Amino acid sequence: MAGIPHDHYEPKTKGAKWLSSRLPIVGLLYDTIMIPTPKNLNWMWIWGIVLTFCLALQIITGIVLVMHYTPHVDMAFASVEHIMRNVNGGHMIRYLHQNGASLFFIAVYAHIFRGLYYGSYKAPREITWIIGMLIYLLMMGTAFMGYVLPWGQMSFWGATVITGLFGAIPFIGEPIQTLLLGGPAVDNATLNRFFSLHYLFPFLIAGLVIVHIWAFHTTGNNNPTGVEVRRTSKAEAEKDTVSFWPYFVIKDLFALAVLLAVFFAIVGFMPNYLGHPDNYIEANPLSTPAHIVPEWYFLPFYAILRAFTAEVWVVQFASFITGGIIDAKFFGVLAMFGAIIVLALAPWLDTSNVRSGRYRPMLKWWFGILIFDFFALMWLGAMPAEEPYATLSLIASAYWFGYFLIILPLLGIIEKPNAQPTTIEEDFNNKYSKDGGNSDGFYSKPDATPAE
Amino acid sequence: MYLFKSTFVALVAGFFSSATFAAGGGSYVEDFDFSFEGPLGTYDQTQLQRGLKVYTEICSSCHGLKYVPLRTLGDEGGLGYSEEQVRAYAEYYEVYDAELDDYRAAVPSDHFPAVVDAGAPDLSLMAKARAGFHGPYGTGLSQLINGMGGAEYIASLLTGYTGEEKEEYGSVFYENTAYPGKWIAMAPPLYGEDVDFDDGHANDLYSEAEDVAAFLMWAAEPKMMARKHTGFVGVLFLVVLSILLYLTNKRLWAPIKKGRIST
Repeated sequence: MAGIPHDHYEPKTKGAKWLSSRLPIVGLLYDTIMIPTPKNLNWMWIWGIVLTFCLALQIITGIVLVMHYTPHVDMAFASVEHIMRNVNGGHMIRYLHQNGASLFFIAVYAHIFRGLYYGSYKAPREITWIIGMLIYLLMMGTAFMGYVLPWGQMSFWGATVITGLFGAIPFIGEPIQTLLLGGPAVDNATLNRFFSLHYLFPFLIAGLVIVHIWAFHTTGNNNPTGVEVRRTSKAEAEKDTVSFWPYFVIKDLFALAVLLAVFFAIVGFMPNYLGHPDNYIEANPLSTPAHIVPEWYFLPFYAILRAFTAEVWVVQFASFITGGIIDAKFFGVLAMFGAIIVLALAPWLDTSNVRSGRYRPMLKWWFGILIFDFFALMWLGAMPAEEPYATLSLIASAYWFGYFLIILPLLGIIEKPNAQPTTIEEDFNNKYSKDGGNSDGFYSKPDATPAE
Repeated sequence: MYLFKSTFVALVAGFFSSATFAAGGGSYVEDFDFSFEGPLGTYDQTQLQRGLKVYTEICSSCHGLKYVPLRTLGDEGGLGYSEEQVRAYAEYYEVYDAELDDYRAAVPSDHFPAVVDAGAPDLSLMAKARAGFHGPYGTGLSQLINGMGGAEYIASLLTGYTGEEKEEYGSVFYENTAYPGKWIAMAPPLYGEDVDFDDGHANDLYSEAEDVAAFLMWAAEPKMMARKHTGFVGVLFLVVLSILLYLTNKRLWAPIKKGRIST
């Protein structure tokens, strides 16, 4: 593709030339798989492959599950039990699908925070970042609707609470909520449309993943230094890069195999650890569970949603200014979606001209706090809405917004960045020659962590 | 139920975990030592058979097992009854047949009947719908170490009656140390020596509770043995694959790191 100069596919045989002049598909695949990739990528660059694998895993297991599932309020719960008991290998397929969602979100959070730290969102990669955010939003929608399908207690009440959020929007909220539910309350119509959309969204995600890859193959990968690959000549570009196949394919497959070993241990030995016991009770509209809690991957944003109660002065102020149109409930909804919007706007909120956090001494600290903040929010999202958790949630939510809206713009102005290497080659060679004990710098270090 | 889930980084596993714990606190769940615990644990066939007997003679008068097919009593890794034994056991139940528009004796292809008269919950999934272990502070560490504890919860509930009772709005409630909220509507179902086991196993309250809890774990998760086996093979395969890929990767990158390709 465009950007970094490299060898392109040349059809050699007569058949290959014949095909290539009609449909250059082999060339397209060749250029995609042989893309020059910065050779200093570290282990945080494995998540893209993990995510692609997760999408494939979820689609494949999902298609099999659909063969045995019945989307009807009277039969959905029993059909899941049918899968667990009677379908050949059904229990494994369902547990893989159920825990696959968690693996998917672990990978996507690691991927997003990798991008945030190394400045992968900065010019010229803003489109890649925005497409990624759209994928993330679709993932959340898909995961939420998928959780409703087994029609357990948490499915039902989670759907009630989350669709209720849309009802909080002034004026148009109620019609939107009715449209989502297909009626006045969560019922068979809701289950059916969620089922339909749960099947559709993964294919939209797959399409966006192709655009995501296309975008960063056009700009080239970012890398831990944030320094661009030299593009003035092919010879120089080759000093900074290696081809994706086989170097990064094998590296990523190794990382994937390690992660999958952990994943299989969880699926095999504790498949319900990440789930909620209440979802093994069939949905009952007449009995509300004592605590309605979303899946772990929604908890940080759930905490932000709940943090802004009517007692918070910002909420009271917003309510006063808008004449009550923005009440506490709507403010919470705005805050929750706002938390994702500020994340998506990072390319324009970050004013620093240094891309990688590695050379930004102040950002390192603030970013570290952001990671801590994210886990704190996740924990708080699961705690009851009472003191001291309410106050802590408010502080943690404030930091989330503060990081993107105040710290990121300000750091670019006040921070004195450290010296960056001039080329990727320099960074790579420094890493693999500094502590080998060999006078010849390049023949050193029997390294245990290749390509880090 | 005063249960809810939370999430946190389980430092021990270096992995995300979510947890349930009793917000009200106070309920006590004993950590029973079941044979099916741990990655290599298996169901104890004779224990499951004893548990079935307790269920059949005591629990089944109020509680159904509507998701459990009777034929699965013959499954390997579970109760392991012979076809004849399953057929003979099935006849004990009457099920409604829509074609006959009448009740008839159950056959192995039927499920355990649902029991709705007593208003008691179905027990098919009870061992997965309750968590015995929680927290601490929503970290999920307790479940990571002890397991979810559904079977422990059931056994603790059955042995947790204190003998105290109270009447509220015409209903009698019984004090129970394992039940969240302390006061449960179910009268003590087991007192000890309620059933006689064919194998002469002890039939005190504690043993009966343990056996029926194990049986209900099987009822909720009949494929547990197959699942653990798959998990074990999967982990083993992936560990070997990881090692091979690690060595491949190391060798692949060696010339690049030595600068042979780019200096």
